[in-house]
Amino acid sequence: MNSGREVSDGRLTVEGFSVAARAFADKWKIHNQSFPPWSWVPLINRTLHLSNQQEEGYLSLEEILILSSLEESPEDESLNVATDCLEKEESVDHTILVQNQENEAHYYDFHIVYSSSYKVPVLYFRGYCSGGQPLSLDVIKKDLPSCSVSLLHESKWTFITQEHPYLNRPWFKLHPCGTEDWIKLLSQSSISTGCQMPVDLYLVSWFSVVGQVVGLRIPLEMLN
Amino acid sequence: MANEAVKYVWEGAIPLQIHLHKSDVASHPSPPPALVLAPRIGYLPLLIPHIKPYFKDSLPPGEDSIWFDYKGVPLKWYIPTGVLFDLLCAEPERPWNLTVHFRGYPSNILIPCEGEDSVKWNFVNSLKEAQYIINGNCKNVMNMSQSDQEDLWTSVMNGDLDAYTKLSPKLKMATIEDEFSRKASLSSPQSRQGATEMDVAGQIKTARVPVRLYVRSINQDFENIEDVPGIDTWDDISYLNRPVEFLREEGKCFTLRNAIESLLPEFIGDRAQTSGEERSRDDDNTEEADGLLREMGEIKLARIQGIEMKLEIPFSWVVNNLMNPEFYLHISVLVKAPQR
Repeated sequence: MNSGREVSDGRLTVEGFSVAARAFADKWKIHNQSFPPWSWVPLINRTLHLSNQQEEGYLSLEEILILSSLEESPEDESLNVATDCLEKEESVDHTILVQNQENEAHYYDFHIVYSSSYKVPVLYFRGYCSGGQPLSLDVIKKDLPSCSVSLLHESKWTFITQEHPYLNRPWFKLHPCGTEDWIKLLSQSSISTGCQMPVDLYLVSWFSVVGQVVGLRIPLEMLN
Repeated sequence: MANEAVKYVWEGAIPLQIHLHKSDVASHPSPPPALVLAPRIGYLPLLIPHIKPYFKDSLPPGEDSIWFDYKGVPLKWYIPTGVLFDLLCAEPERPWNLTVHFRGYPSNILIPCEGEDSVKWNFVNSLKEAQYIINGNCKNVMNMSQSDQEDLWTSVMNGDLDAYTKLSPKLKMATIEDEFSRKASLSSPQSRQGATEMDVAGQIKTARVPVRLYVRSINQDFENIEDVPGIDTWDDISYLNRPVEFLREEGKCFTLRNAIESLLPEFIGDRAQTSGEERSRDDDNTEEADGLLREMGEIKLARIQGIEMKLEIPFSWVVNNLMNPEFYLHISVLVKAPQR
């Protein structure tokens, strides 16, 4: 049965997204322990659903503390993420904090949301200070590794300010148009059976590219 | 191929009475409200050149960052004005009383707006998304020349249906076969030759239709629609930006009800049967039947372009005649939530 198990046109069904999301979150937990795990947020809307028959949702990674190192290391293209991420209930000892350019702590939330229109995942993210005030795109670009800033200039990737599809707040998102094209390219190079890509690997492959734009790298082991 | 319904949509307008927020009033006495006729298919920021002259002498010094609210709820500027009205005013209020602010933009709630450019950009992006849904790609919009894109936007801004009708064929949007509109256009010079002839874009059997559904849910029945309380925040509205997919079948009519239910499956009428399979289907068992009805929600009202829609209308007619210029169909729905 091919339906739902493999992706051949670079696009995902909503069921495929749920499957791919769990697989992604599981692999991340195993291979990427320097980060907290992604959580699945189901879309049980309190004003509508009694029971959500077909569980839809999105992946969430929140309160990532981002620091800019005072010593620039050009080879290291990933973000310097504090190994202690702020827990909501606990108070964390930030003895390893390095001050960033703004002289304050910046937190980032990342959501991977399914777009029913484009049938691909979309990355939403936002940054804020410890007081909750949102960070502007200029400030965020300073926090991102320099390689992604040059990627932005190629205008292949655009950050758009747009309302989060479910949270009624302004977030930033990476424009999804064209996703299915480069996903197809990825699947061509990695799997010998033409353009087929197993659904489980979709988000891992997707994130291996998209994550870099926001400085989140994934270990190579995740791609197996 | 402008028909009656499309003209009606483009000419639709909402009378607004716009009050300057008291914290922005630096003059004495405070200025009277501005009266503006707002096109339904337009957007609030586009009205600013008409509104600002009324208030400019009353404003405190400083830079403007303009936003609107209705009963304290900041209005999302990228939603067409007519949709905001249909959604937020259960009982249509004429004129519609809004408050304008020139300071204190709530940037933690509203995405930024830099005037006409932001609105145009939002329009073009919605158009791309709609085209992607309908055609499977957005290359026609992308390949449109800069000046054509400008002219298309200008025609929308000015409510110029003639100009829009001349330009929109360049988008080559696939059309949804619709027996009802075709009958009306048989008398027009551009009438189609026959049922099976394909136009440039092609008529498709499986349709993906761009829909934006705005759902207001209430917990109880109200005698009168004006008794429905207003919303306090946008969290009281569920927004679904999701295409309706349907297969056109011979002899079957896909209705507006079918379309809405496909997006909100918990309101499907025959759910009672599927969940009651173990129980008897005897309808005399009214107590159980009532219980099942309570579990289901109910679509109380669906408004499109200010019209309270009969849900049995063929969806293809609704789409072809009532969509907005960016090819999205905006539906405001009032539902009674399923009861536990």
